[in-house]
Amino acid sequence: MNRFPMWKIIVVLLVCAFGVIYTLPNFVSKSSLSGLPDWLPTKQLNLGLDLQGGSHLLLQVDAGAVKLKMMESLVDAVRDSLRQQGDNVGYRDLKHDSNVISFTLRDPADEAKARERLADLSNIMPNGQRDVVISFDEGGLVTLTPSEAAITARLSAAVDQSIEIVRRRVDETGVNEPNIQRQGQDRILVQLPGVDDPDRVKRLLGETAQLTFHLVDLTADLGAAGRVPPGSKRLPAIEEDGRSYVVKNRVMVSGENLEDAQATYQQGQPVVSIRFDGLGAKQFGRATSENVGKPFAIVLDNKVVSAPRINEPILGGSAVITGGFDVAGAQDLALLLRAGALPAPLDILEERSVGPDLGADSIAAGEIAGIIGIVAVAIFMIAYYGLFGVFANISLAINIFLIMAVLSVLGATLTLPGIAGIVLTIGMAVDANVLIFERIREEIRVGKTPLNAVESGFNRAFTTIIDANVTTALAAVILFVMGTGPIKGFAVTLLIGILSSMFTAILLTRMLVEFWLQRKRPKALEI
Amino acid sequence: MRKIKFIPENTNFPFMKVRLMALMLSAVLILGSIGAFFTVGLNKGIDFEGGILMEVGLEKAPDLSAMRSALGNLGLGQVALQTFGSDTDILIRVQRQEGDASAQEAAMDSIKAQLAADYGENVSYRRVEFVGPKVSSELVIVAIEAVIAAVFAMLVYIWFRFEWQYSVAAILAIVHDVIITIGMFTITGLEFNLSSIAALLTIVGYSINDTVVVYDRIRENFRRFKKLEVSDLINLSINETLSRTTMTSFTTLLALGALYIFGGEVIRGFAAAMIFGILIGTYSSIFVASPILMFFGLKHQKEEEDGGFAGAERTDAEIEEKN
Repeated sequence: MNRFPMWKIIVVLLVCAFGVIYTLPNFVSKSSLSGLPDWLPTKQLNLGLDLQGGSHLLLQVDAGAVKLKMMESLVDAVRDSLRQQGDNVGYRDLKHDSNVISFTLRDPADEAKARERLADLSNIMPNGQRDVVISFDEGGLVTLTPSEAAITARLSAAVDQSIEIVRRRVDETGVNEPNIQRQGQDRILVQLPGVDDPDRVKRLLGETAQLTFHLVDLTADLGAAGRVPPGSKRLPAIEEDGRSYVVKNRVMVSGENLEDAQATYQQGQPVVSIRFDGLGAKQFGRATSENVGKPFAIVLDNKVVSAPRINEPILGGSAVITGGFDVAGAQDLALLLRAGALPAPLDILEERSVGPDLGADSIAAGEIAGIIGIVAVAIFMIAYYGLFGVFANISLAINIFLIMAVLSVLGATLTLPGIAGIVLTIGMAVDANVLIFERIREEIRVGKTPLNAVESGFNRAFTTIIDANVTTALAAVILFVMGTGPIKGFAVTLLIGILSSMFTAILLTRMLVEFWLQRKRPKALEI
Repeated sequence: MRKIKFIPENTNFPFMKVRLMALMLSAVLILGSIGAFFTVGLNKGIDFEGGILMEVGLEKAPDLSAMRSALGNLGLGQVALQTFGSDTDILIRVQRQEGDASAQEAAMDSIKAQLAADYGENVSYRRVEFVGPKVSSELVIVAIEAVIAAVFAMLVYIWFRFEWQYSVAAILAIVHDVIITIGMFTITGLEFNLSSIAALLTIVGYSINDTVVVYDRIRENFRRFKKLEVSDLINLSINETLSRTTMTSFTTLLALGALYIFGGEVIRGFAAAMIFGILIGTYSSIFVASPILMFFGLKHQKEEEDGGFAGAERTDAEIEEKN
């Protein structure tokens, strides 16, 4: 009656060995793992942020701001192409709303010329459509409408760029192994293990950090009530003390041309020293040469940091930003300038931060609950099924090793709900064994010999085990596919638990029982 | 060695005779749950409601009412406080703030400032969670979709493996379990969050697992006992699987009990929901899922094709003799 050919025994033993060997690295500290030879498995379970502490942030790129910026730069482009030295195309009412840019030609006869000038602004996209649709009407009204696809492409590019900037900023803070990835169309998921000051990271990610240099409009009344001349705008001071400046709209130099930024001291005050790249140095040199004696406004995210007087032309491409910083403020600003500006503001949609001690408490509690759960179930199985309970317990132990090993090899992240999934699996794992043992009991009751009872007990329980577990596994798969965060973690462990408990019950327990039967050849079964 | 036995051998409890009583009990529980759901309502956590949750560790146990009024005066709307695990661990829940993300940030900052002012700098932030309105409404939708999809997949599988009657009865039993478990959440005021959805779905999986085991036996017995009355046959099948049903529920409850007692505060609500759900799931597999098969006109098929289970050791005659 040897139902177990050698190959099957070998497969079962190999799977068990895999379970044990690949679980072991989890009991060894990280540092001693690196000292082991390469052929040994070294992968450990990843602990989720809820267990090791850390921050989870879900950010959303402000699509409205991206679109607004797109419209504004298109307006600039229209202005530039119509106004060309010595050959202006006259226009008025150049404006935009959230969808359309429009202006009116002073002389409708200029239409052909305007068409030619604007042609460069409308390009064919890969999908064959034009990115900007330009239309002229007889009265000289011209409208430019960016297509939906162009807006989507622009938004997508802004998200990619934001991810890059977020990554650089996070890297600058020195967080270990951050996970930054796109989620959906316009969202960015940031996971920062082990961060103990999530507020600083949030503050850093909350700044757009667009740095620009503008001339101060000296014709305007600096008082709060004065009218702002066209071509200028009023910006508040960064200290939020009610002061404001009127600066010219034109950007003389922008932060895009920065090469480096460092926090240093000047006359005992923390400042940020910056260095421009070639183009930036040229622009900065020209701006400072032409405007000696005038104040030059340093603007960060539409707030004026300071507006120092230009004492002499600065040609070397280096400058210093002063403005009442404390040390941390200067360091953060330098970091932001080094990492670059975000194309649009980021909103925080969701935040989950766990302190390191809560994480440690959760792991400890999960371990205790797991061990007590295992011991309680194991004792009970022996009390209920005697020797067969021992077989079931060996399977249970291997089962737990297998779950841990598969999770380690997959590099899955163990979260608190994941621990709950494992503990629950322990309870349910013995179910397949229970089904088989109850079936064997029934078979004995109808008077079968031990060998026949075991044989038909396993065979008959088999379809039941498959049907019962497939239905549960279906639920787990759906949770995994559709679920988010904690639900996913739970589903993974549950699913692995179902598979490994089926394996151990159908193959391992059976092998153990049959080996025992062959050795002892008992006349009657005690079960 | 003497072994424990919950269930004596060859039980013959008249489950089918009490089925009307059981169904009435279930009906009362379901109506009560629905009533509670619409009157009391679920205690929805920030996952579904949006808002801010902070778990703070203080050096010594604070005066909760003083803390409540200090935080209540910040103008953040409803502030709920509770101790969490120990007297020095406080869970602070603040409703979602009007306005955009920066309004939420400002609310968190003002709470932190207030705590720093009242309890010094040694306040440890064990956990800070903020869920914005956009995310929370999406989470609700995804959760409902996941439940429906899971139930539908199981419906199809059982239909495929059994007959349509089994499939419909199993789904009714699941709906029964889900409604009563949600009723338990409403009545106890246990927080309903993402983990609760996971618990609910596990309960569904567990209950259907239990149910399928009994159905499997019913299907098998239809092949064995061609002349037995359907209601006796179902009763016999429930009795034959009773030992396994109680045994598996018990081991699962052992593990969950360990989780409830030792698993820590964060997991306790989850474990409580699961324990309740396993009890309800076990009840429904015995008293609901199989008895209601009767109402769908399940009967012996005329030309039974024998599939796989040729060895019918016990015969109709044997059963009749026993009765």
